[in-house]
Amino acid sequence: MMVDALLAAAILAVALATVAARGTFTATALFIGYGLLLAFAWVRLGAMDVALTEAAIGAGLSGALLLGAAARMRPHRVALDRAPGRAMTAAIGLGCAGVTAALAAAILLLPDPALSLAPQVAAQIGTTGLGNPVAAVLMSFRAVDTLLESAVLVLAVIAAWSLAPKGGWGGPPGLVQPQAQGGPLALLARLLPPVGILVAVHILWIGKDAPGGKFQAAAILAAMWMLAWMAGRTAAPPVSARWLRLVVAAGPALFIAIGLLGWLAEGAFLAYPPGLALPIIMVVEIVLTASIAVALALLVIGPPGRRA
Amino acid sequence: MTAWGALPMLAVMLPVVGMVLALPLGARGAERLTLALLPVGIVLAIGTAAAVQAAGAPVVHLLGHWAPPLGLALRADGLAAAMLVTAALVVAAVALFARADFGTAAGATETRAAFAFWPLLLALWGAINLAVVATDLFTLYVALELLTFAAMPMVCLSGTRATLEAALRYLMFALLGSVLYLLGIAFIYAGYGTLDVVLLAGRARADLPTHVAVALMTAGLLAKTALLPLHLWLPPAHAGAPPAASAILSALVVKGSFVILVRLWFGVMPGLAAPMAAQVLGGLGAAAILLGSVAALRQERLKLLVAYSTVAQIGYLFLMVPLLVAAPGDEAYAARAWTGGVLQAVSHAFAKAAMFLAAGLIAARIGQDRIAGLAGAARLLPVPVLAFGLAGLSLMGVPPSGGFAAKWLLLTSAIEAGQWGWALVILAGGLLTGGYVYRVMAAALTGDGTQPALRRPDKRETIVLALAVVSVVLGLLPLAAFGLVQVGRLDLAP
Repeated sequence: MMVDALLAAAILAVALATVAARGTFTATALFIGYGLLLAFAWVRLGAMDVALTEAAIGAGLSGALLLGAAARMRPHRVALDRAPGRAMTAAIGLGCAGVTAALAAAILLLPDPALSLAPQVAAQIGTTGLGNPVAAVLMSFRAVDTLLESAVLVLAVIAAWSLAPKGGWGGPPGLVQPQAQGGPLALLARLLPPVGILVAVHILWIGKDAPGGKFQAAAILAAMWMLAWMAGRTAAPPVSARWLRLVVAAGPALFIAIGLLGWLAEGAFLAYPPGLALPIIMVVEIVLTASIAVALALLVIGPPGRRA
Repeated sequence: MTAWGALPMLAVMLPVVGMVLALPLGARGAERLTLALLPVGIVLAIGTAAAVQAAGAPVVHLLGHWAPPLGLALRADGLAAAMLVTAALVVAAVALFARADFGTAAGATETRAAFAFWPLLLALWGAINLAVVATDLFTLYVALELLTFAAMPMVCLSGTRATLEAALRYLMFALLGSVLYLLGIAFIYAGYGTLDVVLLAGRARADLPTHVAVALMTAGLLAKTALLPLHLWLPPAHAGAPPAASAILSALVVKGSFVILVRLWFGVMPGLAAPMAAQVLGGLGAAAILLGSVAALRQERLKLLVAYSTVAQIGYLFLMVPLLVAAPGDEAYAARAWTGGVLQAVSHAFAKAAMFLAAGLIAARIGQDRIAGLAGAARLLPVPVLAFGLAGLSLMGVPPSGGFAAKWLLLTSAIEAGQWGWALVILAGGLLTGGYVYRVMAAALTGDGTQPALRRPDKRETIVLALAVVSVVLGLLPLAAFGLVQVGRLDLAP
């Protein structure tokens, strides 16, 4: 109890500090800390899958993305809107307080214990061959949501690239990174990737029976690629590279193809033939991991920059 | 699972698979793929409508054979079928129109705008289709995500500073909407253990958590639908985008979140009569009609006028809410108000797509889009000006247009329900709409005192005229044809 109370207090304090921070770098650093604390909270709630995802994507990749954005904004003056007047501030405060009170009251009035589909998942999980109920929900019961979210990632890459400034199209994405000579970055860029890749493969594979899976594994793989890129050890391929685009599209395309085959063979989109569910799901997971890893890294790297 | 249930599933997956493949295909390949998918999509949409009409009941596809609440279903009812057909036709028209601006000739190098446009168009199409056939509140959230992340880059395709600012402002509103919607979903799941709209319809309770959830989700969806006073993002975004993008954004994108709102109000909680809240929504709609139309009257630029007209026309959609909530258990009455709302969504889609594309052709030909500088436009561009006028008739609600039928149904419902105020708003809105359409037509029809310049026939003019004609012809359909949109209305379902 004591631990939970402290954790909750810390989350609130860091959240407040994030909002109150004036500098973009300070706010981003606090936001990353906030994400890590949230991950702990999920661990305390027994939701290991969510904790892993929160740490990898919520704190890690989003943090890197925000740091990159802050670095890009630094040379430019940021125009600040005029602060609202005193009456407006009071009205906004009252409105927020009202919403908070309504949310708090609603949470206290929810049924306890909370209604859940967990028993139904447990009853049906046998048909999927999976041991991890979260994986069964993501890849079988609600597979179409996962499929569409993976398509959203492709769309996100297209959207990010569409923001390329004039004259930058076709070149490598992101800002060119100088090669790090010595120092911690150069050392980490040599040491971490082999370990990271191993960890990612492990997390992907155990995802079928234990917390883990493609999103977490892909986030680690993306981080390893970005580490090498930030140290200047590898250049990002140009956005016109066919293989790069193929890798991003491969996972969702395969998932949709499997879904349509399920419709033709079994009569329903994303229905898996009995007995074959597990191998099909694992193949989709592996290909999706590659696509998601590249897409996540490309999102952090950003659109192609202006060419000289 | 019903016969032909695969049709709505295919209607959703077709544009999605196109969007995914468009990335490796590149701009030219994506353009050709889009053109190839258009007829297939139209056939799927019309097939779905025919199946719904023939069965007189929604067609349902259970994904992976898993039934809700554990699994997910796609369900096309009459509303969904009407929106699927509308989306397919408008997307097809816009895609054909956009080839001139975003086409890539054989051997030409890919450009940024051409690379982005085709997958974004396909993503919007898939997102709209998903938003109208999904029955799970979280799957609908995924649809909203697809919709937002495809619409935002469409706004700033030209890459200018002003459009980037408009896109960023749109993104802020849309993301705020997403967060509120998602928060509401969490309450619904905690309260009911399911997110399926059809299952929720029978279970909704009038307790505080449910009301908080619906209020949060409604606020989020209003921000995305741009109902006044959350419309501030719309005019700069829709007016700044390229014509093809504006047409899709105004005609379809704001309707996606509206359909989800309708599902929430009349699907999830028909039992929770909330007459006060419904009156508030209707009041905001009325304010949007009046203030949006007045703002349109005062615009100097043609595209901004058309964008403010969208703000006003969205208002009409929300008049349906208090009218339906007031339904005194009278089936014929409820059916009229419902048909009026759906018909408004459909006819506005065609009319507004025609208007934006016509405005685009006019601006491209005379080099600017100030209304004061339109003199002589009718002689140079008779077909786009005619299309603009026809679409304007439908927006005004002049018989026999689709807009007339929609507004007439809403008007008579309002009178029958004794809610005279809405009827007056509808009439005043029609007059104001006539005012701003007249401004444009009067300017375009004045001669500029010079020799007639050479007309340059453009195949795109036919597309624009076709859209405008559809928006008018909708009004000629016998009312019985609208029986389709009644099918599977959740508050009617046993």
